[in-house]
Amino acid sequence: MGSTYSMLTQYDIEEVQEYCNNLFSQQEIVSLYERFCQLDRNSKGFISSDEILSVPEFAMNPLSHRLLKMVDGLNFKDFVAFLSAFSSKANIRQKIELIFKVYDLDGNGKVTFSDVLEVLRDLTGSFMSEEQREEVLSHLLKEAGYAKTSSLLLDDFIKILDYPCLRMEVEIPVD
Amino acid sequence: MGELNSSSSEIDLDRPNIEEYLPPDSIKEFHEKLRLRDLLDISPALTEAAGAIVDDSFTRCFKSNPPEPWNWNIYLFPLWCFGLVVRYGILFPVRVLVLTIGWIVFLSSFIPVHFLMNGKDERKKKIERYLVELMCSFFVASWTGVVKYHGPRPSMRPKQVFVANHTSMIDFIILEQMTPFAVIMQKHPGWVGLLQSTILESVGCIWFNRSEAKDREIVAKKLRDHIQEVDNNPLLIFPEGTCVNNHYTVMFKKGAFELGCTVCPIAIKYNRIFVDAFWNSRKQSFTMHLLCLMTSWAVVCDVWYLEPQNLRPGETAIEFAERVRDIISVRAGIRKVPWDGYLKYSRPSPKLTERKQQIFAESVLRRLEEK
Repeated sequence: MGSTYSMLTQYDIEEVQEYCNNLFSQQEIVSLYERFCQLDRNSKGFISSDEILSVPEFAMNPLSHRLLKMVDGLNFKDFVAFLSAFSSKANIRQKIELIFKVYDLDGNGKVTFSDVLEVLRDLTGSFMSEEQREEVLSHLLKEAGYAKTSSLLLDDFIKILDYPCLRMEVEIPVD
Repeated sequence: MGELNSSSSEIDLDRPNIEEYLPPDSIKEFHEKLRLRDLLDISPALTEAAGAIVDDSFTRCFKSNPPEPWNWNIYLFPLWCFGLVVRYGILFPVRVLVLTIGWIVFLSSFIPVHFLMNGKDERKKKIERYLVELMCSFFVASWTGVVKYHGPRPSMRPKQVFVANHTSMIDFIILEQMTPFAVIMQKHPGWVGLLQSTILESVGCIWFNRSEAKDREIVAKKLRDHIQEVDNNPLLIFPEGTCVNNHYTVMFKKGAFELGCTVCPIAIKYNRIFVDAFWNSRKQSFTMHLLCLMTSWAVVCDVWYLEPQNLRPGETAIEFAERVRDIISVRAGIRKVPWDGYLKYSRPSPKLTERKQQIFAESVLRRLEEK
């Protein structure tokens, strides 16, 4: 009785490692499995929104609702794949791809003005009015050379966000 | 102490000092002109979220830490098997016997005293208290409890409460075998609930219900009434409000610290080598937990009765609670985390999210001004 991580075989680890493009070491994958089992309380094989929301640090994140849609129902392989963008080995393109996916929840490859507004609303809440948000966004889009009515594609995101200060890394605690 | 006062301090209790515990890069202080990428770059929020998914200090508090398995080679394995036989085949039956004898002795004395003796008789109370203490000693013996008490034994004085860190319901039994405490508990179902309503009534008991919102005020009043009485047993409170795994302490609820009386801290630390005494109520029932203890070698723990503390001038109840938590955590050698234990049962307050939103919104508006 106790931890189920002994059920992860070497073959499983290698399969998961391949699935996440070798962005995590085998030790990190074992740690992530331990964590996955801790979150997946009734050992269903996937994690549900309720279980992720039981982590208070996650529940109080302004983007928790959007991220929940991406993380809800993930099995272990997809869980690792989702987190692989946060590996120190991931390149900037992979990180920006994840950021794009958070904006483009419906997955049609286009991020519209209202998509960005939605995220901005999550991030600022009641501390900015809707008019202020629209105004700031239109102004900055215009400055960067984009029309308000056009949608942004992944390449646009890469062009805008590719700068050296972009840091998006999480350390996996390894025993 | 008006209603408004308590609700604002409630906000403070809900708001841990997260800034101390989370990476500081989420609070970037650039005074540069705002650019499109600053608005679109959600990497700080994403990093925090991923960090929480991967590891968080709250879940760590409730992780069971069973003793390291040591049966890993050809010499140790048969030894371990032998130990298993001794524990389950010899120790366990003996302990069950001890417990059964204890129950018989207790019930045969308690029931007549409880129902036949006059309620007003002073001796009735004394005998009942003594019997409860005796029963607790039987319980402790049934897990071969080796408890080392340090510090002066608590004295029976009015206007004082005792607070301790909480690992399992056996905390109460271990303390009760030395001193008759009155206790405040969550009402449990099953046989435990039955015990609570009959036997524990004799030492004095206050009930609370976590799920009821209005409960706090009702309980606070009951607490105040209890300590005023001269011949009530001293009250033992577990301010964490829930069982924690004995490696961390979660935030203390301020209820015990705003009663206007002396607070005597008690620190309890279990020795993990013998058994993990943490009762993980998510994973096992109390019965399973007791059985687990009864089939282990021993329950070894240290209990420290620490110096009584009073509210200092200018100190709020929350600061007082944190100060006492500090004293207990240091003595027991365990770490503090800034979380409210009740987050086990409910979501964090939206005010925490609002604070983050406020920081970001203000930074955007400020940088918009910069030209």
